[in-house]
Amino acid sequence: MILLLLILIPLITGAMSFAVKGEGAKALALISSILTLAVSAYVSAANFSAPITYNHEWIPVLGTQFSLLADGMSSMLCLLTGIVVMVVMIAGVNKSVENPGAFYGFLLLSQAGLMGVFLASDALVFYMFWELALIPVYFLCSTWGGEKRIAVTFKFFIYTFVGSLMMLAGLIYLSTQSQGMSSYSWSDIVRAGSSLPPQTQQWVFWLMFIAFAIKMPIFPFHTWQPDTYEQSPTPVTIILSALMVKMGLYAVLRWLLPVVPAGVAYWSDTVVVLSVIGIVYASCIAIVQTDMKRLIAYSSIAHMGLMSAVAFSHSSVGMHGIMVQMFNHGITITGMWLMVSMVENRWGTRDMTKLGGMASVAPNMAIALVIISLASIALPLTNGFIGEFMLFNGLFSGTESNHVTVMVVAGLGVILGAVYTLNMIQKTAYGATAKMLITKDISVNEFVGVAIIIILIIFLGVYPKPLLDLTSGIAAMIVK
Amino acid sequence: MKAIIATTVFGIIMMFAGFMVSNKKSVVALASLLFVALLGVNIWDLMSTSGNAPELKYSGMLRIEHYSLWFNTLMTGCSVLYILLMGKEIQKVGMHVAEYFALIFFILCGLYILSTYNNLLMLFIGIEILSIPQYILAGSDKRNLKSSEASLKYFLMGAFSTGILLMGITLLYGAARSFNIMDMVGILHTDALNPLALAGIMFIMVALSFKVSAAPMHMWTPDVYDGAPTPFTAYMATIVKASAFFAFLRLFQVSFNTLSEHWTLILAIITAATLLVGNVTAVFQQSVKRMLAYSSIAQAGFMLFSILALNKFAWQGIIIYAVAYSVATIGIFSVLVKLKDYTYDGFNGLAKKEPLLAFAASIFVFSLAGIPLTGGFMAKYYVLQAVVQQGHLLWLVIFALLMAAISVYYYFRVIIAMYFKPGNPELTSEVTPMDKVLLIITCILVILLGVLPQIFLYHV
Repeated sequence: MILLLLILIPLITGAMSFAVKGEGAKALALISSILTLAVSAYVSAANFSAPITYNHEWIPVLGTQFSLLADGMSSMLCLLTGIVVMVVMIAGVNKSVENPGAFYGFLLLSQAGLMGVFLASDALVFYMFWELALIPVYFLCSTWGGEKRIAVTFKFFIYTFVGSLMMLAGLIYLSTQSQGMSSYSWSDIVRAGSSLPPQTQQWVFWLMFIAFAIKMPIFPFHTWQPDTYEQSPTPVTIILSALMVKMGLYAVLRWLLPVVPAGVAYWSDTVVVLSVIGIVYASCIAIVQTDMKRLIAYSSIAHMGLMSAVAFSHSSVGMHGIMVQMFNHGITITGMWLMVSMVENRWGTRDMTKLGGMASVAPNMAIALVIISLASIALPLTNGFIGEFMLFNGLFSGTESNHVTVMVVAGLGVILGAVYTLNMIQKTAYGATAKMLITKDISVNEFVGVAIIIILIIFLGVYPKPLLDLTSGIAAMIVK
Repeated sequence: MKAIIATTVFGIIMMFAGFMVSNKKSVVALASLLFVALLGVNIWDLMSTSGNAPELKYSGMLRIEHYSLWFNTLMTGCSVLYILLMGKEIQKVGMHVAEYFALIFFILCGLYILSTYNNLLMLFIGIEILSIPQYILAGSDKRNLKSSEASLKYFLMGAFSTGILLMGITLLYGAARSFNIMDMVGILHTDALNPLALAGIMFIMVALSFKVSAAPMHMWTPDVYDGAPTPFTAYMATIVKASAFFAFLRLFQVSFNTLSEHWTLILAIITAATLLVGNVTAVFQQSVKRMLAYSSIAQAGFMLFSILALNKFAWQGIIIYAVAYSVATIGIFSVLVKLKDYTYDGFNGLAKKEPLLAFAASIFVFSLAGIPLTGGFMAKYYVLQAVVQQGHLLWLVIFALLMAAISVYYYFRVIIAMYFKPGNPELTSEVTPMDKVLLIITCILVILLGVLPQIFLYHV
């Protein structure tokens, strides 16, 4: 029942928000997001004893049930969703948007979709929420985005929709392969998939994987991402990069690795190579970017590439590392986008060649930027370090034929990451002071938002045990 | 089958109303009343047949199953929805409003025969009763040259395909020595199949493909749907098409199921061609009405899956698809008739001017594109799942899903125009509170179909 609340609170408040005129929508959204966070915190805390489930009859003829499950991985991602959405709402308090009722309504609806994706333990329910999370984002980007928003968002939508439909084909096929009546429950899908002959698993793998690869995004499927991040309004960019890309990775862990193990074993070399290419490629492109948003977008491809490489290298330390890193990446990149939006708000541009001198005019902002950037390049004692350490450990101990080479090449990503991130700090925080539109340091609500992020960064960097404990059982589920 | 008798009586009443009732508004009111009564008669029929055993009527010419009656009821329900949403627009088409309604009653008579026929002659009669009123409706806007062209084209092509259907029936009779579709199952054996029977099946398949506008027998569709007055296009593209599909499925599921190895591949190729032609051509249209004509071809491609499925899920599939597709298409047409300009640009800025109209239109478009939580998703899901369940033609399923992705492109252009482009669309008539209520009800139906589809399959 409590799990249902996680979906219903944002769903209902989101629907209500459309009817609210003016600034009331912001308050409603903020209250809703705090409530959701409270519930997800409760779910995570309760999870240390046993996973929580919820079942309800839905369409028995099709063998589908409305069933939700919160184990460590799910509740961790719900907690992340709760935190990120709340920070978005806090940071939005002093920003004005056109037609706030609809804007916050769509944001909350997408949160409901995300919660559903992370909680669903029935394949058809999972698919429904997978799409439900996408539609509000489509409207958000197309209405409130930048200049080229319509074309860019359309591309994004069609791209992901093609992927989802392939996944649907795969899921329908798997559901009919279960013994007796067709069933969509997670355990039946896993049983049906893993008992298929290896040749069949090899092509079912691609049906499912393409959807997830587009969402993450993995190297050749990433072309929608930088444009969409650039054109979206910042709150949406945060939702996309901190949460939606996690949908792809989560789906790989939950709905791909255990479902078609033989297919994964056959293709994992390919995917690992693609991911590693993605890391180096995206890092190199990030170095030459001048737009802060594009730089962070490419850095996100690199970070996700590392996680996906580890996901396919069959190591339990690595899996555990992914859990930790999913959370940390979500927190850190949210902080990054907040900084970008503050910079854009003060200087009126994101072009790094026209920026500089933040440290002298807005010292608090500069401090925050430096801390968050350091977390992004995984300095020890920040949250990024522990996750990245476990990921490389996982890559190294993986069963890949050439895992050492893979690790070394992927390690280049860390060095290149330091290059573009430090370069960004240098160009924005130091140097000659660029002309500002509004001369103002961090404001109260921004301070609260950024403080939450920074506290989490440092706390989890020093004491990551709660996060590690929460997700400790998961690796065993995935790596048999 | 009181409903068949009721349609004829009501049709005649409407024809009399043509000269007895002078006020157009009262004609529409009377027609709406009669349609609701017809729905009542259908429910009466449904209640009075008990159990699942099929019942033979009229010297074995009709075989009445529970699911056929349920299909009739649902389609009549959709017709009621159609009359309520479109009644005002039908008034504007021409002078003889009452006759249009009479013709629609006759179409429904054909529909009831097609859903229960047990004899190939009844199939033929049903198709004729269904088609002839449509030829007239397509040409009802007499002052419009395009409407007359549509009517003539439809009539010539329709007559041609009916000829092919008759030819097929004749050949089949030669092989099976019976018109009864149940008897054929015992007579036609797959190992010693009479070539006459095979030719007959092919002829019938081609003729029925024509009626459901499957490629390459689809050429008439865009011109006829585009030329005919919009309210009647809405009817032809939805309920009439669904009924032709039901007849198609009935024959191939019941009589030719055991012969499937002889025709499945051909039908699969027809399906692939229909999906390809419908979706790809729709992308290039500038007029929404014409786009909907091609999209109806594309949707027909999906409905063909139910015929390929050969199992009990096929019936569920066709019924849920018929309802979901009909409701959404009637809905989008009821928005379209409100606009002066039928091009995509005509939709520009609709969301600012008429938020509810735009919202409803987007729900209908979502449904047609097959976005989850709308009826269109469940419909596509049911038919595809029926085929996957059968365990063959997986390539076709994947192909169909790719085509569905293409369809998002042209459906979403409507949403882009309404929500993200500036403009001030001209409306032909004001949106009354009654319209709004009806549109909201239609939206709720679409969502309901997507969330709880099983309540629409109560009797299947």
